[in-house]
This record gives sequence, C-alpha cells and structure tokens, in this order.
Amino acid sequence: MPNPIYIILILLLPLASFLIMGIFGRNHIKNASGIISTTLLFITACLAFYVAYGYFLEFGKVNGVYQKLIPFKLTWLEFSKGVSIDLGILLDPITAMMLVVVTLISLMVHIYSLGYMKGEERFSTYYAFLGLFTFSMLGLVVASNIFQIYMFWELVGVSSFLLIGFYFEKPSAVAASKKAFIVTRFADLGFLIGILILSFNAGTLDFQTLIQRLTSPESAELKSAVASSFLGISTLSWGMILVFMGGAGKSAMFPLHIWLPDAMEGPTPVSALIHAATMVVAGVFLVARLFPVFAISSPHALEMVGNVGAISALFAAVIACTQTDIKRVLAFSTMSQIGFMMFALGVSKYGGEEGLGYTASMFHLFTHALFKALLFLGAGAVIHYVHSNDMKDMGGLRKVMPITHLTFLIACLAIAGVPPFAGFFSKEEILLAAFHHNKMIYWIALLTSGLTAFYMFRLYFNIFWNKEHHAHGEHHGEGGFVMMMPLVLLAAGAAFAGFIPFGKFVSSDGLPLESEFHLQFSIVPVVLGLTGIFIAMLFYKKQNDKSDKIALALNGFYKATYNKFYFDEIYLFITKKIIFNFIGRPAAWFDKNIVDGMVNAFGNNTLAVSEKIKSFQSGKVQQYAIYFLSGVIGLAVLFIYLWK
Amino acid sequence: MNPGLTHILFISIALFFIGVFGFFTRRNLITMLMSIELILNSVNLNFIAFNKYVWPDKLTGLFFTIFVIVIAAAEAAVAIAIIINLYRNYQTIDVEKVEELKY
Repeated sequence: MPNPIYIILILLLPLASFLIMGIFGRNHIKNASGIISTTLLFITACLAFYVAYGYFLEFGKVNGVYQKLIPFKLTWLEFSKGVSIDLGILLDPITAMMLVVVTLISLMVHIYSLGYMKGEERFSTYYAFLGLFTFSMLGLVVASNIFQIYMFWELVGVSSFLLIGFYFEKPSAVAASKKAFIVTRFADLGFLIGILILSFNAGTLDFQTLIQRLTSPESAELKSAVASSFLGISTLSWGMILVFMGGAGKSAMFPLHIWLPDAMEGPTPVSALIHAATMVVAGVFLVARLFPVFAISSPHALEMVGNVGAISALFAAVIACTQTDIKRVLAFSTMSQIGFMMFALGVSKYGGEEGLGYTASMFHLFTHALFKALLFLGAGAVIHYVHSNDMKDMGGLRKVMPITHLTFLIACLAIAGVPPFAGFFSKEEILLAAFHHNKMIYWIALLTSGLTAFYMFRLYFNIFWNKEHHAHGEHHGEGGFVMMMPLVLLAAGAAFAGFIPFGKFVSSDGLPLESEFHLQFSIVPVVLGLTGIFIAMLFYKKQNDKSDKIALALNGFYKATYNKFYFDEIYLFITKKIIFNFIGRPAAWFDKNIVDGMVNAFGNNTLAVSEKIKSFQSGKVQQYAIYFLSGVIGLAVLFIYLWK
Repeated sequence: MNPGLTHILFISIALFFIGVFGFFTRRNLITMLMSIELILNSVNLNFIAFNKYVWPDKLTGLFFTIFVIVIAAAEAAVAIAIIINLYRNYQTIDVEKVEELKY
C-alpha cells in the first residue's frame, strides 16, 4: 500500500495549476503559465505512473486477485447511518489504468498547446481550464462514492463547456458550448434520478457496499429492488438504465450524440483531450464501474447498453464517411469507437472467460485514447498549417509535414485495426466477445470496422495525398519541437500499446484473464479493414470524380448522411416547435399574467387606495385633533351603548 | 347649599368642552396650548372630586392630580420651546400657516 498522499497529490497538483493560473496567470505570469502548468502536470503524470506501476505489479494483487483498495476516505456529508457522501479514493485496475490515460494524454496536450496556443490572448486562462479539467477527470476516476462521481461528473461538464466556448467571440462556439452543456445536463438528470433510485434501494452511496448489496443473491436490498417494478421493468433496471442515460449523454451515444460534432468548435488540443480521449469515455467508465450490478442483477439494462453502443457505432461511422470538416470526421469516429466500447461491455458477462468483453472494452478505451488523441493532435497540426478545417483546402501535405504525416498514418492504421498496431488487438478482442455472445452485434461491429478503415483513410488521403500542395507565401513549417514531440510519443504508444497483456491486469472480477489469440478469427476483420483502405485509396489518393459519382448515385442517402440524418433538425423541431410552443409559451404566459399579475395587482391596488386617502395627512393639527376626538367619542359611544 | 359631586362634575365637563372648543377654533398656538391646559385641569378636577366624594379615605386621586400637573408643566415647557422655534423659522405662530409636515 503506498502512501495515500501520492494519490491525493495526483488530484491536487492539477487543481493547484488551475488556481495559480486562474488567479495570477493573467497579470503576473502570463508567458510562464504554460511552462508552470506543464511542469505540474509532468509531476502529476509521474506520480500517476508510479501509483499505477505499484498497484499492478507490487501491492494490488492479493492471492492472484486484484483488490479494490481504499487508501483514503473522508466522510463529507452524512445523511443518516450508512448513507453519506464521502470524498474518497477507490483504487482498482480500471482506476489505475484511467489515472495513467488521463494524466498521459493531459500531459501531451499541455506540451502540445505550448506551441499550438502560442500568442493566444488568453493563454493562461486556457491552461487554467486545462488544469480544472484534469483535476475533475482524475476526481471522477478515483471516486469511491456514487455521489462523488456525480460531482466530478458535473465538473468535467463545466470544464468542457468552458473550453468549447473558449473562443467566445465566435457565435458558433458559444452555441456549441451551450448545446454541449444543455444536452449533457439533460442526460445527467437521468443520472441523478438513477443515483437516487439505486441509493434508495441499496441504502448506501458507497460504491463497494452498493455493488456488494446489489449483486449478492441473498441480500434483502437486491430482492426488494428486483421485486418491485414499474412499466414491466424492475426498479433496479430502471435505476441502471437512468444511470446509463447519464453515461450515454457524456459519451455522446445515440440519440444524445448531437453535441459532440459541434463541440469541435473548441481549440483542437482540447478536442484531443476532452472530446476524444478522456471525458467522453466517462460514460464507458461509469458502466464499467457499476459493471457487476449491470451484469449480475440487471441484464436487461446491460442489453440496452449493448444495443445503444452498437447503433451508435454504426450510425456514427456512416455519417463520418461523408463529412468534410476533418475534426467532425474525427468526432464521429470517436462516437463510433465509444460505441464499440459500450457494446463490448454490453455483450460481456461477469467473471472469467465470459468477461472478455469487459477487458476488451477497457483495452479499447486505453488504445483509443492514444491513437485518437494522436489523430486530433495531428489534425491540429494540419489545421495550424492550413488555417482551415475543411479537407477541400488540404491535399498533398505529406511533403511539407513529414512527421505529422507519418504519425497520422500510424494512428489511422491503428484505428483501422491493421496488425500489429494497437487498435488491432483491442478491436479483435471486442469482436471476439461480440461473436460469442451476440451475433447481431458482431455483424454490425464487423461492418462498422470496415467503414472505420474507409473513412479514416478517406481522411488520410484527402489531407496528405489527393491534389498537389501549392505552397503559398507564409511558411512556418510543421510546428516546433513541442508540437512534434507529443505526436511522436503518442505514435509510439499507438504502435506498440497493443502488445500489453491487458487481460492480465484488467478484468471484470480481478482475476487475470488469458486472452488467446485466434488467427483464423482475425482474418475476416483485417481483410475487411484492408478492403476499406483500398477503396479509400482508389477514390481519394489521386484527384478523381469516382467518389462524386457514387455520392450522386446515392443522392438522397448521401444528403441525409451528410446532414447527419437530420438529427439536429429533429431536436430543433422538438425543442423549438413542440416544447417552446406547447410548454414554454403557456408556462411563460401563466407566469406573466397569473403570477406576475397577482403581485402587480396587489401593488397597484395599494397605490390607488393610498392615493385616495393620502389627503388625511393634511399637516393641519386641528384636523387631526378632530379625527382624534371623533374617534374617542365613537369609542365612548361604542363602549357605553353598544357594548353589552 | 353645599356643592355636591354633580356640580363639580358639571364644572369639569364645561371646562373640558371649553378647552376642546378653544383647541379647535383658535389659530394661535399659545391659545391652543392654554386650551390644552384647560382640558388637563378639567381632568384634575374630576380626579379630586371623585376622590373627595367617593373614597374620602384614599389619596389615589390626589396623587394622580399631582402627576398630571407635573406632566403638564413639562409638556408646556416642551410646547413653548417648539413654538419659539417655529416663530424663529416662520415668523408666525399661526397654526394654519404651519402645515409643511404632510403627504
């Protein structure tokens, strides 16, 4: 067991970075703020690696099983005996893994931003927000209490909001940040209700007790939670589905995905950190955290997780094939990959060989964080060079940006699932898990991974090949050392992370899982992936009109896909036309006319009456005396004659 | 003929209404103050009369009368101070002219 102070420091250093940059950054240490933040983050990352190393290899395992440790716990708010909001640290394999992922990607983004955001007016504010985000995300992954996770969950939402709206002078960025915040907040409403249902049934907010009470078959809490039902679904399943709704909102799962493409309005390194590698996988993390409850006690909810994940994966992959904004392609690809993680959890069972999906999901989360962050940072370098997000303005960049080109290619190969890059291994495990438990999802996943290869290489060829690059006047090259170093490091991760024997460390029940490798099984997906790459090459390597012809042939479908199946329009229709007109307007009318009307009537009547009677106050002493005397006489008459 | 309780009460009532009449009709603040003294003295007379004719062995009414006289003296001092100040500011002690304090 390590000194808990190390783990607490992992959280406190980014918080310190946020406070220092937020308070002093603007006026005192503007130019040094990037360096200071990055240094703090570097220490944090070292500590995180140290803790994860210690957990996985030294103290985490007792009798061959990874333990759930609580090195630190502080009762913060006690409602009643047993029900309290604690601030604690729960250390288990997924926490340790997430600590590494979050701090590593955050560090890369910090370094990269030194170059990318250089000369920005609100440079230190940017670093303050990055610090806040890192702190919140780390707090989320170490949370030992379901309410603690909820608090940090909202904090990451806020930092995401702040960073999407970082360029607040752009109206589109403001709209995007509002959209992201409102959609995720709406989903979090479900999460909160889910928390209340679960904690009411289990009588606790603590994760370990909650999981233990809701999974052991003889516990009274589980029996009552399963026995009572609403609309034919047990209370427990309702709770889990609502909790998953929060996760789906944060992870941009269908149909709550509409905020993610717009969130690309933020600075590109932020997209890499928040909207690709860390925050959007919070939903997956949440499902993984409560996985025993999902798997053992409410298989219906888990089935729903699987279906939603599969639908999202395919849906996003189809849309990604038509988008021309490179960041939006990446955003939809993120959504698709998170769909993979979700349905991998959905097809998994608890424990042993059957728990392969869980391991695969976490493995994919890990590798995806590496190569997707790399893709975004590479896209950032391209945007930095071209000053445009649209792939029509790009092409032939391989000669002027050799490092970016190479690292981007590695990331594309990784996400397309080409061996021996990282994505191949994790995707293979996911497909294997799906193959064993749900054939339907397996076919969807297979199709999606082919599409993934196609759209990623469409992106790649459009940026780096296609037409010849015409050098125009200003040349600042690829971006300096600080921008290239993270790319190279992440590319190394994306190339080799697949060789980590992940099943040994992370599994649903803590026992090591030997993942065997089936050569004949992986032939189909790899061939499919290579076909996707080949088709993309045919279409986009040289400038030609093949792709346009196909788009023309599929006219209606292409248009619908290009417009993201009109989901934004549907949402706008529902909110603007239905909710605003039939709920908002009447409520506003009621407020304006009835509530305000009542208050105003009181005020106006008082005013009118006092206007009438104010002449009593004439200033004439003798008049007052007359009123006084008549009053006395009146009282005297009352007392003498009328008071019996 | 010895004066009885009724006679004294009659005088007291007469005194009271003379005071009230004066208070309502005079415009001069000093005269109004004097009318108030009349009202107070009618009350004093009442106290004394009841004390003498109803409970001759008690002193309560007497004490009350003394209290009222003392209060009346203090009140007169305050009232006259106010009137003097009024005069200094407005050069008048006509109550009709002093009616600033109103709505």
